[in-house]
Amino acid sequence: MAEIKNYTLNFGPQHPSAHGVLRLVLELDGEVVERADPHIGLLHRGTEKLFEYKTYNQNIPYFDRFDYVSMMANEHAYALGVERLLGIQAPERAQYIRVMYAELTRILNHCLWLGAAALDIGAMTVFLYCFREREDIFDYYEEVSGARMHAAYFRPGGVARDLPEGLLGKIKGFTERFIGYVDEYETLLTENRIWKQRTVDIGVMDKQAALDWGFTGPMIRASGIAWDLRKTQPYDVYDKMDFDIPIGATGDSYDRYLVRVEEMRQSNHIIKQCVTWLEQNEGPVKVDDYKLTSPPRATIKDDMESLIHHFKFFSEGYHVPVGEVYAAVEHPKGEFGVYIVSDGSNKPYRMKVRAPGFAHLESLDYMCRGHMLADVVTILGTQDIVFGEVDR
Amino acid sequence: MDEVLTQEQGDLSELTVLKERFATTVLKAVEGIDCPTIVVGKESIVDVCHVLKSEFCFEQMIDLCGVDMSEHPKHAEGTPRFEIVYHLLSVTQNKRLRVKVLVNEREMVDSVTEVWSTANWFEREAFDMYGVIFNHHPDLRRLLTDYGFEGHPLRKDFPLTGHAEMFFDETQWRCVYKPNKLENRVLIPKTWPGVDRG
Repeated sequence: MAEIKNYTLNFGPQHPSAHGVLRLVLELDGEVVERADPHIGLLHRGTEKLFEYKTYNQNIPYFDRFDYVSMMANEHAYALGVERLLGIQAPERAQYIRVMYAELTRILNHCLWLGAAALDIGAMTVFLYCFREREDIFDYYEEVSGARMHAAYFRPGGVARDLPEGLLGKIKGFTERFIGYVDEYETLLTENRIWKQRTVDIGVMDKQAALDWGFTGPMIRASGIAWDLRKTQPYDVYDKMDFDIPIGATGDSYDRYLVRVEEMRQSNHIIKQCVTWLEQNEGPVKVDDYKLTSPPRATIKDDMESLIHHFKFFSEGYHVPVGEVYAAVEHPKGEFGVYIVSDGSNKPYRMKVRAPGFAHLESLDYMCRGHMLADVVTILGTQDIVFGEVDR
Repeated sequence: MDEVLTQEQGDLSELTVLKERFATTVLKAVEGIDCPTIVVGKESIVDVCHVLKSEFCFEQMIDLCGVDMSEHPKHAEGTPRFEIVYHLLSVTQNKRLRVKVLVNEREMVDSVTEVWSTANWFEREAFDMYGVIFNHHPDLRRLLTDYGFEGHPLRKDFPLTGHAEMFFDETQWRCVYKPNKLENRVLIPKTWPGVDRG
């Protein structure tokens, strides 16, 4: 009889369902995965090293490039961290704008996730549907920041500028349409027999394992733990928002799908509340300290003081007091945290980014063991991996 | 506002409880801006983590990272060069804690992978970036840098431009490393408030 040996398969980095640049070394027994060893770092750009050589203001755009499908959520963590070190708080209108855009970003992220994960598993249509809505949100990004993706809009001390006229009406229209679109996605997948066969009971994570592997966000909620930083450790104006936290029952891939779809509805609900508030209330959108934010453009023309502030702000930057802080936000993918160590100068001494995808991808070996080769793609897809944040 | 105050007071008592529980092993305990911070002796880190997980309900290790303190103005002569910083989270009690271990070059820290499985990659990353070796780690390989990379990039004495550049070699028909000749440009110098910059 022939000797049967395990087979080692190299999956990626050019494989379309490797989500960019994952190299996965799989040890297979027939078609059953015995061990999965992800090799990451193919998108490593040394951002944490670069941070140490850039001023606080110059560091904002790097955050867009971590998780490049939920740009503003990344900036949110950084803005909160620097604000805590400086001991300032953004004005209320800025906080509402941030929450509104953070939730638009959540929809943006979940739309990409739903489309891409469904495409990985074999449903082509969902991808086209989801990208239609993403286009709308990119337009709102562009109106407010001038960039469709890498916005650099949330700044320590507020946001870059106030909303342009007419934008709130458009966003309101979007929230009214969007609920119907989510129902549309669900008709394609939720009761779809093939979708269920591919996802139900695949990659089950129980509560204990989810905690042990550092799961956060939709991943831990799918495992049945009602943990959401927007509720438990609220930042900005999330404590004034009315929304529910969906949780899963079994922690399989299908639950992770259901949790994310419900999150889109809840995000939509939060955006509506923000739009209502923003329509009724005016106010400043950044702190009134021109050592920490740029002065209004108009005053630079005739006020010497403003001109100096403007020059200093964009050249030397501002100094942040000595100290260390860890600021985390409920990012669409999980807990996105920034640990900032300041030495009192205009550049961070050390900045560490805690990416949710890093911990999720790490558990791939645990989740895939005993599953078939095709399930690896399902598990990877429902983990919602983006390599910008994993590799940093 | 009241809520914030009570939460801070809760943390304060938390800190004294921690101090009493680990009277012999905690070197320093301070109230941070965001969460309490304790500095633990490097021999006892695994024991402390076991207790924190089982008695204080810190079920999750959210983050682990290294910090090279060698160029920090507050860094005292003779104290270890690296800090390993653990960020813990208690989901049941909604609390955070920062634990630090001080370690020098060529010293080893015990791995906490036996306490939280997720520490595995975080420790690999810290090893990759700072060269701190984690004892009893199941698989201590480089994680983010290239296969065969030399040096530890986040150390303060590692230049921003790196040491090597990659080229495609026509004769060998493959990628090769060559020493790079980039100079490190500083566009905006690092400044401290109140210091005259000439």
